[in-house]
Amino acid sequence: MKALAASRRHRSAPVVLLLLALILTGVAYAALTPDPATAQTASQEQIDTGEALFRTNCSTCHGLDAQGTDLAPSLVGVGAASVHFQVSTGRMPMANNSPQAERKDPLMTPEQTEALAAYVASLGPGPAIPSAEQVDPEQGDAANGMELFRTNCSMCHNAVGAGGALTEGKVAPPLDDATPTQIWEAMRTGPQSMPIFNEASITDEGARDVIAYVMEQREVSPGGITLGNLGPVSEGFWVWIVGIGGIIGIAVWMGARSS
Amino acid sequence: MSTDRPTGELTAREGAGTVADVPERFENPGLPAHPERLADRDPKAAKRVERQLVLLLLISIAASIGGVVGWATIPVGTTLMDVRLSTLVLGLGLGLALLGIGVAAVHWSKTLMSNKEYVEERKPIASSEEVRAEATEMLETGIEESGIARRPVLKGALVGAAALAPLPFVVPLVGELPEQWDSRRFAHTAWGRVPAGSGGRLPDGTMGRRLATDPDGRLIRAADVTNGSAFQVIPHGLENEEHYLEEKAKAVVFMTRIDPAEMTISPERRDWHYDGIVAYSKVCTHVGCPVALYEQQTHHLLCPCHQSTFDLANEAKVVFGPAKRALPQLPITVDTEGYLVARSDFHETVGPSFWERERLDENR
Repeated sequence: MKALAASRRHRSAPVVLLLLALILTGVAYAALTPDPATAQTASQEQIDTGEALFRTNCSTCHGLDAQGTDLAPSLVGVGAASVHFQVSTGRMPMANNSPQAERKDPLMTPEQTEALAAYVASLGPGPAIPSAEQVDPEQGDAANGMELFRTNCSMCHNAVGAGGALTEGKVAPPLDDATPTQIWEAMRTGPQSMPIFNEASITDEGARDVIAYVMEQREVSPGGITLGNLGPVSEGFWVWIVGIGGIIGIAVWMGARSS
Repeated sequence: MSTDRPTGELTAREGAGTVADVPERFENPGLPAHPERLADRDPKAAKRVERQLVLLLLISIAASIGGVVGWATIPVGTTLMDVRLSTLVLGLGLGLALLGIGVAAVHWSKTLMSNKEYVEERKPIASSEEVRAEATEMLETGIEESGIARRPVLKGALVGAAALAPLPFVVPLVGELPEQWDSRRFAHTAWGRVPAGSGGRLPDGTMGRRLATDPDGRLIRAADVTNGSAFQVIPHGLENEEHYLEEKAKAVVFMTRIDPAEMTISPERRDWHYDGIVAYSKVCTHVGCPVALYEQQTHHLLCPCHQSTFDLANEAKVVFGPAKRALPQLPITVDTEGYLVARSDFHETVGPSFWERERLDENR
């Protein structure tokens, strides 16, 4: 300790200290910087498979080079996340040109879906498919997610994600079947009527919190039968028909003369 | 029942009845014949009913015990399923216990207890003359002995004290009313104020309140607002202000970006949007629900309460529903540091209509 105290006035002490400080800063920076979202790099083979799939399944509406037609929008720049959401939820290819693209069994296998996504992503930059860590509900804060969900999502999707009606036959679907990845992709890409919630609107951490909140809603309801979580309609039906009906039945029984 | 109806004049008819048969006044028909119940006639039936009653009460006992046992055995607070199960068992126990007793009581009184009807004449309500006279006398003596009639100053002081005693309770209640009913506080929102640290400098040198995300309060750059993206917006630094929730309720804003080529913009609102970024009050002009169901393909903003629909591509004019007025637009731009700021407060009172609203807007 004494030797160290004596050497602080040494000629080379500033240089050594500066070097130490630089190394420390570098190590701290490397340790503290979050990993950038690493999009899975697509191989050329995958892109070619995707292009072939696109030609056969999607080009009728979206055009041979995904440039868009009168029927459907251009897909240049929508990103892999958008394609992965639409195809993995079965919304695309669409069954018919109705106002609402319904969720149905997906037509493509997961590999085909990723190949399609890789092809569309190669046409222009857009949101990539999130990593498993980005959408891991275990790492999200459901309480914060609830606050974000209430402000940003609940007006269309209902306070617990049971869905709701929009205009002219369109609906905000229930979130019961959506996977964490699909929820993330829907927020970032704004499918159909839904607006986009980008990183500036809901941060990456916030998006994970929202996913944690939505996943938490799938657990059993501590309050008993949820009646679809639809609020006053189903609850009112229950109270008026079953509840008041039962009370009337008992009143009639009490007033009837015993045989 | 007879199908004969009374006619205008009483004429004797052959056979059935004649005028002479109609009595002067109807006699009290008395009680109907007392029907014997099954349990009254048949001891076996009575025994059966007794067994039913015992069964009902046993169900009640079992439910009570079951509820307590459930409470003791099901741990609460480990999983949601346990909470649900514990509540269910407790509720069923309590419900069935009471229902069993109730059903048994009604069944018992209907079938086994005596159902003989009795007639009891009603007693007169008024007291007898003597009692009334005595009470009046006591009152008069009391007044006379207290001497209140002879001491008018004392009487006045008593009346005054009694009349003023409620004032400390009533005055604060009524005193709040002028402030509570002053509708001028609805005319302006937090967007018109720029407390230190919550604003940005506009190109013309004035200060404007910065826009921040709701609920986490992050500042927003114009480049962050991409086409079709949705932002729920509050004034920056609002959480530090007094009456935060009241101010937030007035100042909430929905923001998105629409291609300016798709928008209809009137000349006086030319500089209210920033490169297609538009911000509108989120408080419905119908009854004040938060309007935030945004369909980005049609640019329609819906109110969840009564389906009023506003067209954001056309200055939030009403296209459907009971709302009468367009949503007020918040004039925005970017400050010298690139953050979105409000140019000014809303140019009209936000929210639903009320009596003084038009007058308020005329005097802004």
